[in-house]
Amino acid sequence: MPGSDNSHSPAFKTSAWISSKRYWYWLSVLLPTIPLISAALAIRTGTGSWLWFTVFFMYAILPAADYIFGIDEANPDDELIEKLKDDRYYVHIMYVVTVMHWVSLVGMAYVVSHYEWSWFSILGAALSAGIINGVGLVVGHEMGHKVRDKSQVACAKIVMACSGYGHFSIEHNKGHHRHVATPEDPASSRLGESIYKFSKREMPGAFRRAWSLETERLQRLGKSEWSLDNEIIQPALLTISAYVLMLALFGPVMIPFLLIAAGFGWWQLTCANYVEHYGLLRLKRENGRYERCAPQHSWNSNHKVSNLLLLQLQRHSDHHAHPTSPYQVLRDYADVPGLPSGYPWMFFVAMFPWAWFSLMDPKVVAWAEADMNRVNLDPDLRDELFSRYHNPQTV
Amino acid sequence: MSTKQAENTVMKQYRCPDCGYIYAESAGAEHEGYRAGTLWKELPEDFPCPDCFITEKPDFVLLE
Ligand SMILES: [Zn+2]
Repeated sequence: MPGSDNSHSPAFKTSAWISSKRYWYWLSVLLPTIPLISAALAIRTGTGSWLWFTVFFMYAILPAADYIFGIDEANPDDELIEKLKDDRYYVHIMYVVTVMHWVSLVGMAYVVSHYEWSWFSILGAALSAGIINGVGLVVGHEMGHKVRDKSQVACAKIVMACSGYGHFSIEHNKGHHRHVATPEDPASSRLGESIYKFSKREMPGAFRRAWSLETERLQRLGKSEWSLDNEIIQPALLTISAYVLMLALFGPVMIPFLLIAAGFGWWQLTCANYVEHYGLLRLKRENGRYERCAPQHSWNSNHKVSNLLLLQLQRHSDHHAHPTSPYQVLRDYADVPGLPSGYPWMFFVAMFPWAWFSLMDPKVVAWAEADMNRVNLDPDLRDELFSRYHNPQTV
Repeated sequence: MSTKQAENTVMKQYRCPDCGYIYAESAGAEHEGYRAGTLWKELPEDFPCPDCFITEKPDFVLLE
């Protein structure tokens, strides 16, 4: 109702913003073009450092944009959620994004192999492609949850095949969501655990869990784990075919390029897992089962820019409360653990353990009201952490 | 009436209170490897919701 008094009300503005996000999500389509655009600049100017631009974009420009544009306070109400949740428009964006991720990866592979670059510039190109591979895993994560929708599940496999991380849907849906914020979960980080230590537990642990879950499923179907129905093997075949083809067409430089791009993509995902539940613990009930995953068991960030680019993944409590809800309807909760910035900056800080610990450990301690029995902590540091932080207020 | 038909008439449905998924014994959960006709009591105790995977068997609600 433009013109009426209503149009100036906060509620109207909120729903107008939420509706406009419909178009802002196209940023996810533009994101994979950033390495390509910077590569074009590198070629035109003859300056190989441009190939590093996406790395700079991730760790400097995005954190600055999060700082400048701030928090997204808008939450869709139930009525709007009903309207948005089955709108296929939001799914179609992700199909376009899937195509763009492959265009970006192959495009960068072409640029790296068809021009003369220093090894340092090639490293920048590979890490830039790795950042984009990491974002591709976010899109794959979103589609991989929609297990009732065959085309989204297929697209999830295709986009995650960019970096050869196709086991992630199984591991994440059936493993992580079930065991999140417990010591048993290799994808939930512990207080005092650096990201480097975490990655050694998370990467192999996640793969093993995915493989055993998929083996169990295939056994129930009476099939071998080595059959083509194995949903880890399917995307892996796509990755292997594409990588072999690029190696044949673009030459041996593809070996370091593709390995670094894939590895850095995985690293982005490890960063996400690291920051999402750091130190948070679900308590065990008397019957031996863990309490249900509640909103207070995830770290959240409500920063506008990174949420638009990461399909609102940072509204993480709502994602765990409703794993099958599509990204456009995810809500922010009041009084949930909050990160001081969006993921891009948190990922950067996480790579410097002393900075991470000094920023986040006090937040975990405050969350647990200084009761270390309520914290998911690194068992190797148990005594040290207890003596430093354990100080519960007795009632 | 054969035993088979007798069973069919009492095929039950269970609902996931979180995501709304309905496990119908008559349909099973084929992708997860539970054939159509798999009774609720035949499912393992750690059977998770085949949609959201967070709800476990004891938390499903029987639809009357
Ligand atoms: Zn469910």
